[in-house]
Amino acid sequence: MSVNQQAHTGPPYGQPQPGYQGYQQPAYGGQSLPGVPQSQYGAYNGPMPGYQQPVPPQGYFPSLGFPSKGSPVSLNSDTSSLAPNFIGSLRAPPTSGAPPPASGASHPSGHLAYSQFEHGDVQNGIPASAAPMQRPPASQPFLPGSAPTPVSQISTFQQYGPPPASVQQLRNHMAGMTIGSTAASAPPPAGLGYGVGPSSYPPTTGAPRPPAMPGPPLPGQTVAGPPPSSQPNHVSSPPPPSSMAGLHPGPPMSGLHGPPPPTHPPQPGYQMQQNGSFGQMRGPQPNYGGAYPGAPNYGSPPGPPPPPKRLDPDSIPSPIQVIEDDRNNRGSEPFVTGVRGQVPPLVTTNFLVKDQGNASPRYIRCTSYNIPCTSDMAKQSQVPLAAVIKPLATLPPEETLPYLVDHGESGPVRCNRCKAYMCPFMQFIEGGRRFQCCFCSCVTEVPPHYFQHLDHTGKRVDFYDRPELSLGSYEFLATVDYCKNNKFPSPPAFIFMIDVSYNAVKSGLVRLICEELKSLLDYLPREGNMEESAIRVGFVTYNKVLHFYNVKSSLAQPQMMVVSDVADMFVPLLDGFLVNVNESRTVIASLLDQIPEMFADTRETETVFAPVIQAGLEALKAAECAGKLFIFHTSLPIAEAPGKLKNRDDRKLINTDKEKTLFQPQTSFYNNLAKDCVAQGCCVDLFLFPNQYLDVATLGVVPYQTGGSIYKYAYFQLETDQYRFLNDLRRDVQKEVGFDAVMRVRTSTGIRATDFFGAFYMSNTTDVEMAGLDCDKTITVEFKHDDKLSEDSGALLQCALLYTSCAGQRRLRIHNLSLNCCTQLADLYRNCETDTLINYLAKYAYRGVLSSPVKTVRDALINQCAQILACYRKNCASPSSAGQLILPECMKLLPVYLNCVLKSDVLQPGPEVTTDDRAYIRQLVTSMDVAETNVFFYPRLLPLTKADVDSDSLPAAIRNSEERLSKGDIYLLENGLNVFVWVGVSVQQGLIQNLFGVSSFSQISNALSTLPVMENPFSKKVRSIVDMIQGQRSRYMKLIIVKQEDKLEMLFKHFLVEDKSLSGGASYVDFLCHMHKEIRQLLS
Amino acid sequence: MLLSSLEGALDQTSFIPPKSFCRAMATYLEFIQQNEERDGVRFSWNVWPSSRLEATRMVVPLACLLTPLKERLDLPPVQYEPVLCSRPTCKAVLNPLCQVDYRAKLWACNFCFQRNQFPPAYAGISEVNQPAELMPQFSTIEYIVQRGPQTPLIFLYVVDTCLEEEDLQALKESLQMSLSLLPPDALVGLITFGRMVQVHELSCEGISKSYVFRGTKDLAAKQIQDMLGLSRPAVPMQQGRPLQTPEQPVISSRFLQPVHKIDMNLTDLLGELQRDPWPVTQGKRPLRSTGVALSIAVGLLEGTFPNTGARIMLFTGGPPTQGPGMVVGDELKTPIRSWHDIEKDNARFMKKATKHYETLANRSAANGHCIDIYACALDQTGLLEMKCCANLTGGHMVMGDSFNTSLFKQTFQRVFSKGYNGEFRMAFGANLDVKTSRELKIAGAIGPCISLNAKGPCVSENELGIGGTSQWKICSLDPSTTLAIYFEVVNQHNAPIPQGGRGAVQFVTQYQHSSTQRRIRVTTIARNWADAQTQLQHIEAAFDQEAAAVLMARLGVYRAESEEGPDVLRWLDRQLIRLCQKFGQYNKDDPNSFRLSESFSLYPQFIFHLRRSPFLQVFNNSPDESSYYRHHFARQDLTQSLIMIQPILYAYSFHGPPEPVLLDSSSILPDRILLMDTFFQIVIYLGETIAQWQKAGYQDMPEYENFKHLLQAPLDDAQEILQTRFPMPRYIHTEHGGSQARFLLSKVNPSQTHNNLYAWGQESGAPILTDDVSLQVFMDHLKKLAVSSAS
Repeated sequence: MSVNQQAHTGPPYGQPQPGYQGYQQPAYGGQSLPGVPQSQYGAYNGPMPGYQQPVPPQGYFPSLGFPSKGSPVSLNSDTSSLAPNFIGSLRAPPTSGAPPPASGASHPSGHLAYSQFEHGDVQNGIPASAAPMQRPPASQPFLPGSAPTPVSQISTFQQYGPPPASVQQLRNHMAGMTIGSTAASAPPPAGLGYGVGPSSYPPTTGAPRPPAMPGPPLPGQTVAGPPPSSQPNHVSSPPPPSSMAGLHPGPPMSGLHGPPPPTHPPQPGYQMQQNGSFGQMRGPQPNYGGAYPGAPNYGSPPGPPPPPKRLDPDSIPSPIQVIEDDRNNRGSEPFVTGVRGQVPPLVTTNFLVKDQGNASPRYIRCTSYNIPCTSDMAKQSQVPLAAVIKPLATLPPEETLPYLVDHGESGPVRCNRCKAYMCPFMQFIEGGRRFQCCFCSCVTEVPPHYFQHLDHTGKRVDFYDRPELSLGSYEFLATVDYCKNNKFPSPPAFIFMIDVSYNAVKSGLVRLICEELKSLLDYLPREGNMEESAIRVGFVTYNKVLHFYNVKSSLAQPQMMVVSDVADMFVPLLDGFLVNVNESRTVIASLLDQIPEMFADTRETETVFAPVIQAGLEALKAAECAGKLFIFHTSLPIAEAPGKLKNRDDRKLINTDKEKTLFQPQTSFYNNLAKDCVAQGCCVDLFLFPNQYLDVATLGVVPYQTGGSIYKYAYFQLETDQYRFLNDLRRDVQKEVGFDAVMRVRTSTGIRATDFFGAFYMSNTTDVEMAGLDCDKTITVEFKHDDKLSEDSGALLQCALLYTSCAGQRRLRIHNLSLNCCTQLADLYRNCETDTLINYLAKYAYRGVLSSPVKTVRDALINQCAQILACYRKNCASPSSAGQLILPECMKLLPVYLNCVLKSDVLQPGPEVTTDDRAYIRQLVTSMDVAETNVFFYPRLLPLTKADVDSDSLPAAIRNSEERLSKGDIYLLENGLNVFVWVGVSVQQGLIQNLFGVSSFSQISNALSTLPVMENPFSKKVRSIVDMIQGQRSRYMKLIIVKQEDKLEMLFKHFLVEDKSLSGGASYVDFLCHMHKEIRQLLS
Repeated sequence: MLLSSLEGALDQTSFIPPKSFCRAMATYLEFIQQNEERDGVRFSWNVWPSSRLEATRMVVPLACLLTPLKERLDLPPVQYEPVLCSRPTCKAVLNPLCQVDYRAKLWACNFCFQRNQFPPAYAGISEVNQPAELMPQFSTIEYIVQRGPQTPLIFLYVVDTCLEEEDLQALKESLQMSLSLLPPDALVGLITFGRMVQVHELSCEGISKSYVFRGTKDLAAKQIQDMLGLSRPAVPMQQGRPLQTPEQPVISSRFLQPVHKIDMNLTDLLGELQRDPWPVTQGKRPLRSTGVALSIAVGLLEGTFPNTGARIMLFTGGPPTQGPGMVVGDELKTPIRSWHDIEKDNARFMKKATKHYETLANRSAANGHCIDIYACALDQTGLLEMKCCANLTGGHMVMGDSFNTSLFKQTFQRVFSKGYNGEFRMAFGANLDVKTSRELKIAGAIGPCISLNAKGPCVSENELGIGGTSQWKICSLDPSTTLAIYFEVVNQHNAPIPQGGRGAVQFVTQYQHSSTQRRIRVTTIARNWADAQTQLQHIEAAFDQEAAAVLMARLGVYRAESEEGPDVLRWLDRQLIRLCQKFGQYNKDDPNSFRLSESFSLYPQFIFHLRRSPFLQVFNNSPDESSYYRHHFARQDLTQSLIMIQPILYAYSFHGPPEPVLLDSSSILPDRILLMDTFFQIVIYLGETIAQWQKAGYQDMPEYENFKHLLQAPLDDAQEILQTRFPMPRYIHTEHGGSQARFLLSKVNPSQTHNNLYAWGQESGAPILTDDVSLQVFMDHLKKLAVSSAS
């Protein structure tokens, strides 16, 4: 748990790490991670021990000392970093010498931060100012501490920065407060209520403590803290100190290093903690206690001294660090799925998967790989049990696609009772004549044709010959019983439906689409090695009426059929509407040539929408096949027709109880339509080109429920957006897709899939139906207990997806996954995956906004996370001061990520975010997989100027905070939807010349949608980075050039998610404090 | 006395009075014929009973058959406006019957007696310088007037694509051929239908474009126009922008284009027409959206060219099977309704469908557009339900077995045939206004028209046919289109008309000529009044039994549309008996004493054949066939109508030149070739011996060339009939014992049947296997009933 933090420390201590690893490994070995991760842990442990020993004090002191040395303010923050173990930046202030004031300041900040969460603005202003304040002085890179420290600090800080941060995480200012309280007994309360506590205690405690605090606390921390420091939570803190030490007091460092190993012994003592991997708490607490005492102070007097309050951002857990560590530790070896309940590497890590009986994490990821045995435990922990399933995920070329298994005419072998499909977990008994179902324990006869003898271990002799016995993922060929109407399906069809109203024609969109389709049609998805795609295509254009085209191969010219009876849509032709591309090539080409001409002079501005879908649906019905509609639409459908919409965009609803209506469809018409579409296997992909509000919430209903995608290009302009649109279109048309899909998740007795999130339709409580399902669509499934699980047998999931392939073959794709079960909460917390958790929470929250006010949703999210963390704190972490914030290692990023979710446009829209954007994002996120949500909520920020021109690796990412940006550098930020290239004001002219081909900063154009092609290494490198990143995402991202201090920068800053956002979103630090407060409230 | 009254009654200007009573008959025939030729009018009575009471006792109502556009070689139209009576309720046109004061330049309306000033242009008139409309020979005159914009003729093809490949091909060819027959500036449009309905846009290059409608949904005219983009865009106006006026022609030009502009395009388009592509599974009928297709056609024209002559031409190869106007479901196992079903009230869709087509027909008629139905299929196609479309709008109805038959091809071609003066034999949007002198009122009309609901003083409260109006609209008419118009004498018995008084009727027909000119044809006729009590013989002698038979038949057929068959027959019988009672000469209760005068002698026979005709008998006819026959019966002129009632039979033999023979089984002899013309069929029947000879091949032997000529003679005569008849009759060539001989056998009077065969002797004709009564039996009964004092 604590590992993460250590990871930060790791780098700085490069050398130490190894040593730590050694130690830690053993310690963590028990946990789960055999290799790499442990090293991190080790590192933490190391530090901790170090602290515990005599050294710790030193370590802290140094840090403290620095701050004190430097400007008090900055130092304070640093000190806080020391305190880090416990969060309290506040303490630092005290130490710095201006404790009271400092504390006071911090308090306010803290309050502010919280208040922000709760109330919003008033205080925001202040905190915001405070934050900047701190940073500047601190010297952006490294915080206050850095300022005081020598230049070198910068570098070191960067590295160290993180560690402290991690440490700090543990403690909020609050914690500090509490600590103080512990010291004074009184303080704690103060700490609890920022508002309250401070008021009462601050004065009294504040003054006295500060002085006292500094000294005692630290020692205390060191003493108790270090060992427990329990790297788990705060681990990082130790390192920072060490680093600090390293910088200043060389000796301490060494001392530290030395100590760590020895520390082990102490750890044992704390084993409890370690087990929980939360030990740190104690350590920190003491420390904080000292430091924080100041915090209490803040409450009262503090206001003034801004310096003291803040946590050092570097000291709180850093996503970058965590990602980097995981990449380093787990990216090298293949992930072998043979073992039950293994936690896979993070989604940000490149790794290979070897399927040995469990589905690849590319198909299924779980929030936890160790499930509580009882529902009580599950309730207690509040950790949602969910799996994020991407049934048709694309695999890297090195991994093999699921094998296709044909069980002959009788179809796949299944359990008689629960109908689970044959899988590696089925137990063959009675010499192989029967098998016992691993899900429901029912015994089923093995069909004669499937019989095989068992070997001495009870395995079937053909174990390795049969994918369904040895692999986690495989496919069955379905028999006619699995087909609609007991008829094998026809090959699916694609229907392109193009808006030809005035806007679409004028913007050049129609011509663009037609041109593109001419070549794109040659790249329809094909099955395996088939020569040509079996998919048939059809064309429709529309404005207020619909135009169908007969492109039968025997015609000399296409024929256009206008259907103006939009009130009662039907398909005017059967033969000749859906055709084979090759056969009708010339007619299609002629049609695509003529469409732009025919409507060149159109003056029709109104459009219809529902009838368009109905038309596609009817066409597929008539052709008796499944398929996909590609609809290119530009405006709110106001023409008289079913599904007609009115403009109901009303920003005044934001933050009211009626805000949810903005996310709900205007009319239930589209829900019914979606239902019909699903029944027919008609998937709808919607490309939107709005110039104004067009009610995505309503238009998106059908695409959403049919498993389709929505693409939105606001204010579409041919020059800047065509490349992006065409890329999306190409990918969307070409990507692997299944139709008429039904997915069911079976589980072993004890748990049950209870809730589903994603783009699909459900007609009952168990079957997820999707008219279409492509390789990017993800379904998140939540499980609940309905009985006890046993540690021995663990828990099994089997996800079966019945679908029609793009060649019209009916198939079943099976993914199996086995999980561990635990009776100790600690095991649960040790095997969680925060990214997946966030994926679930985001989807949960985004669905919540449909029925509850956004504020309620946000509060619920915060509350649930607080409960998760509080439960950990209460049950897994070793006892420690309440003032300490202790995070499970696996979840140490939960606060920062959660904060990102809370600040997202859906849950906290800024003024520039349109209602359509919110609805769009809401639907988008609902189908995202873990990797996508990860980068979406915590964008990737890469310093381009740091890129190594000669290697093909990416530069190391940095944290999403403005203070990490240097005005002399160029950065790239991506979140899966947009790519920003941020150019600092003082970037070298040469770089600008190389990259943009202009001679000065001021000449850089904002209008660029791609980077100019320049023949120099830097340009090439940057473009290759952009291309690489684009290649990793399912959608082509919009490239936006942002110049520092330009007005576009506001937009960019919105994505610097660790900072306070303009819309009122809290900064990471503030939020962490708030979480801490919440947790403490829960604990008390 | 009779003579004198007759002479006095007849106006010199109108005709030459008969010189003697013995010549009266012949004279009346001449008179009638002359009148018909000049005015296109045949009255049932040519001397009118002068009181209401007497008139009703005449049994056969006072009525006439009017052929408004009767072709007149000798009638050059005048190029000015007619002069109208200034009384707003009258507005009769100046005519030869008006009294004119040349000096005062005044004229007195002969209908309302209003005195009118001549318009300034007539300043120069005098007894010797009369305008044409005052000359007696111009009792019928035609004016060409300049009114409104001239719009070209419009032809909208509505084509069923649920046809067999062969049929569709033939139809496509016919349609393509028709383009060359149209006037070059005529507008054409194309709608195709099957499961869907497609309205083709004809102006587009490169890509053929059509608007498609679902075949199951009835759309209001407004909706259709909106969907076709025909409604005027209101938005730009609201925005106050200078409206770039989408002119009406511009809009409509998308669907209706001048032939000369797009005939290539349209020819290609027609050539590319495919069979309806929707799959038809075993045991199903193709889904055919005739109802919606028609609805759209009507809506399209309604929105683009209201009140302009236009022709919607529906080509269908089967019954409508879906949507509004559906006649039968698509399950083949449920057969299309028969008369039996209808009687048992088992025709599920009939009422609804009929209502749908009636609505359409009325809308179409209101806009002056006519609907033709060309139905070619072996089974029924729903003509019963759709008949009103043609009936109310004056459209054609053609029924055939296949589009790939000469019957259809030539009939269709004949739609575009031209008259003697090179003009199309079609006119549009006619408005027939009938004016009567005070003693007469208008009871109604029967024919291809709708009421314009023009109430006026001369409209009777008693309706016969389409009544309650003095004006009717005839959306499409040709030179043979004939309406039956019924009058009521309203003069009271106690207000005798002075000796020599005449009743007058004026028919004013405004119409759009095929040259797109607006024209007005005015026919003014007058007949003498006679007191039926004192001058019955006089009236009797002026009875036109042919016209009367047709007029009564029209009434009967009109009733048959809404009443049970037997009721109509009973009514017809009663009328006949009453007539015989009234005009027969007999001793009470002595059938043998019964005699009818010459002017009535044929009437019972007509009624006898009428009773057996398919117009009143539905047995052996499908509802579609009945509708088809009735449709034609209600619009043909007197001659054709009589042929329909009593087919003509000619005999060819070595015994002499071809001769008409009795339509009687006794005429069927082995050594004769018979040619029967029933209007709908031309049957050539080879007698037993002739047939044997032909089989033996005598006609090919040089020495029997006369036999060859004999065989050829009826063929030539048949050709002649075929050439002129519209629609093309079914041509049947059969022989004794042939299955097709039934067409002949079912028509002839069954004087010999299996029941009385031996009584009549084997040598004389062929026995008919029927239980129908023969004319002889019918006459015997008639006499008995007529003389019976009981009735």
